[in-house]
Amino acid sequence: MIMSVHEHAAPVQNRFFTAGMKLLTAIMLGGLAFGLYRMVFGLRAVTNLNDQYPLGLWIGVDVATGVALAAGGFTSGALVYVFNRENFHAVIRPALLTALLGYTFVGIGLMFDLGRWYNIWHPAVPSMWQGNSVLFEVGMCVMIYLNVLYLEFFPIVCERFMGRVNLPGRLARFNDAVDMLLRFADHILGKIMFLFIIAGVVLSCLHQSSLGTLMVIAPYKMHPLYRSQLGPLFFLTSAFAVGLTMIIFESMIAGRSLKRKPEMHILTPLAKIIPYLLGIYIFVKLGDMVMRKSYLYLFQDHPAVIMFWIEFGLLTVVPFFMFMSSDIRRSPRGLFIAAAMYVVGILLNRSTVFFIAYEPLYATKAYIPAIGEFALTTGLILTIVFVYRALVTLLPVLPAPEKEH
Amino acid sequence: MKHSRRTFLQKTAGVAGLILLGGRKEAEASRLQVNPDQHGVLVDTTQCVGCRNCEKACNEINEDLPRRPAEWFKDESVFQEKRRMDYGTYTVVNRYDSGSSGKPGYAKFQCMHCLYPACVSACIVGAFTREPSGAVIYDAWKCIGCRYCMAACPFQVPAYEFSNVLTPQVRKCTFCFQQRLSTGKVPACVESCPMEVMTFGKRTDLIMLGRERIRSYPERYVPHIYGEQEVGGTSWLYLSGVPFGKIDFPVLGYHPAPGYTEPIQHTIFKWFLPPLGLYATLGGIMWYLRSRRTKESNPGGDAHQRHD
Repeated sequence: MIMSVHEHAAPVQNRFFTAGMKLLTAIMLGGLAFGLYRMVFGLRAVTNLNDQYPLGLWIGVDVATGVALAAGGFTSGALVYVFNRENFHAVIRPALLTALLGYTFVGIGLMFDLGRWYNIWHPAVPSMWQGNSVLFEVGMCVMIYLNVLYLEFFPIVCERFMGRVNLPGRLARFNDAVDMLLRFADHILGKIMFLFIIAGVVLSCLHQSSLGTLMVIAPYKMHPLYRSQLGPLFFLTSAFAVGLTMIIFESMIAGRSLKRKPEMHILTPLAKIIPYLLGIYIFVKLGDMVMRKSYLYLFQDHPAVIMFWIEFGLLTVVPFFMFMSSDIRRSPRGLFIAAAMYVVGILLNRSTVFFIAYEPLYATKAYIPAIGEFALTTGLILTIVFVYRALVTLLPVLPAPEKEH
Repeated sequence: MKHSRRTFLQKTAGVAGLILLGGRKEAEASRLQVNPDQHGVLVDTTQCVGCRNCEKACNEINEDLPRRPAEWFKDESVFQEKRRMDYGTYTVVNRYDSGSSGKPGYAKFQCMHCLYPACVSACIVGAFTREPSGAVIYDAWKCIGCRYCMAACPFQVPAYEFSNVLTPQVRKCTFCFQQRLSTGKVPACVESCPMEVMTFGKRTDLIMLGRERIRSYPERYVPHIYGEQEVGGTSWLYLSGVPFGKIDFPVLGYHPAPGYTEPIQHTIFKWFLPPLGLYATLGGIMWYLRSRRTKESNPGGDAHQRHD
């Protein structure tokens, strides 16, 4: 292990349709059915959105949380390739796959939310570019970054199929040509990959922060605790922290599901970085609170205040201290709980910004997402899990189990 | 008395505005250009009797709105609740128990047609545009249906056709831009009003007119023209006999809504320097750490760029 810092990755050998996977698939299909229902009968039929609350669960969770939780892709890329921390190399591939799937499903999730989903390509048309729009920047960066992610992932596909191209039936005659293409792509990508890795980090910094700028345009409708001009900085710094957290969370879940031992020799040192990143976020957030005197609202009876105590107090500050403790970092159970807490914290933070701390002027009642909204969101998350498992079975993503060495 | 109160109000609002702004955003806002000859409408709510003729005229001229029978516009029971515009209504009149001398007061709502519209700034594809005349209009063909405009609007005006499965539109008052304004006619609602509640004209003239009325009848009006300064100014201006908060107008600062986000965006993307700078910095760090490591440990080794 000391000689080779690059652990060997291999397709996993586990059975795909375990009992758990069958249950997951059933729930997944049930959730996705609501997506189909929305496409046939419209937004009103499935969602509780209205003229007062135009953005709901699908934007807060599927899109905003999805982007935040996919931050593991660029944070691990920056860590290993830019800052040359080769000891974390084994997390690169799973983190990249999580990011790839995360962003892909941000796009898919968005299709269900957009009223005119078939126009989703419009922001890419130069005649419709709108440089003043925060959302335009988010859209463009996400679109470009998605392509970068696929390019970053492609060498893994090449590795799996180079020299093993075996197309069915008549297509077999193209085996050699495809193999040559894969080798060529692998060669070229290997040479210029660093360009894409840095591009991925820059693009991520841009759109992770700009997601936090979105609601800054409506200060009068935001609860004072969530009204700051520093919104972009909050979203960016918390994305750094949750990127690494998500790698730990995902690695431990995948490990448990695939009956592997948690890779504590990588995750524990990775967790040691989190308090620095999370500390910056907490510092900026508290500093802003002092500057704007928004702490005056901390004991107000209001949903946004309750959410603040939960998402920030309980699910950000507490995990921060947990990550600080070396005992917890070394304990698989403790580390998993800390990571899970902050992942949920991010989910609640993004949701709060988009539809809980957002107080429309003429709302007669609060927006509570409909069953169909929860169902589709659940369905999409489970689809990510499903595809993740399929791809780690098919492609060399996860480190090969120790016993093979 | 009234004058000093007005000055006081203006001063407090100004100070509040400054606290919200910070100096730089002021400069940013001034970069946004507004046509000084643009049109506007002054709505004197104290003259409104709640006949809803404006609602009827609006429904008649906007033929793509759901049709309403003429009798519906005479139905006073709608006043029992405070209505808002929706996918089928560009303007509503509400009744308030706040008129002077015990009589009910009324207020008409529609899109304010901001001078610095949040919807125009927010829209991802430029589906909203602001015409030099002052009208803020919407192009459904471009729209992707993200509804960010609705979240951005400081007056919560744009409504959405949530029930329309395939071709939902954002709906809001068009200032009768297509049908009337572009051919030199006044908006349908303005023309329909029997009480001359609404005055159409050059926005600068309307402000003078509003001030004149407040000066001449200080007992009739609160000393404030709503929309003169709110969020940088709106094309539709309001006079009221009661504080505007009592007739459901939001209390807003004087800083344009796009002035909160556009400076951030234009700083981040100033000549693309910050992203390029970040790219160069990260590249530099990568190159430096990599070359140092290669020299130290493995002079013949190959720097691994690939995900392997």
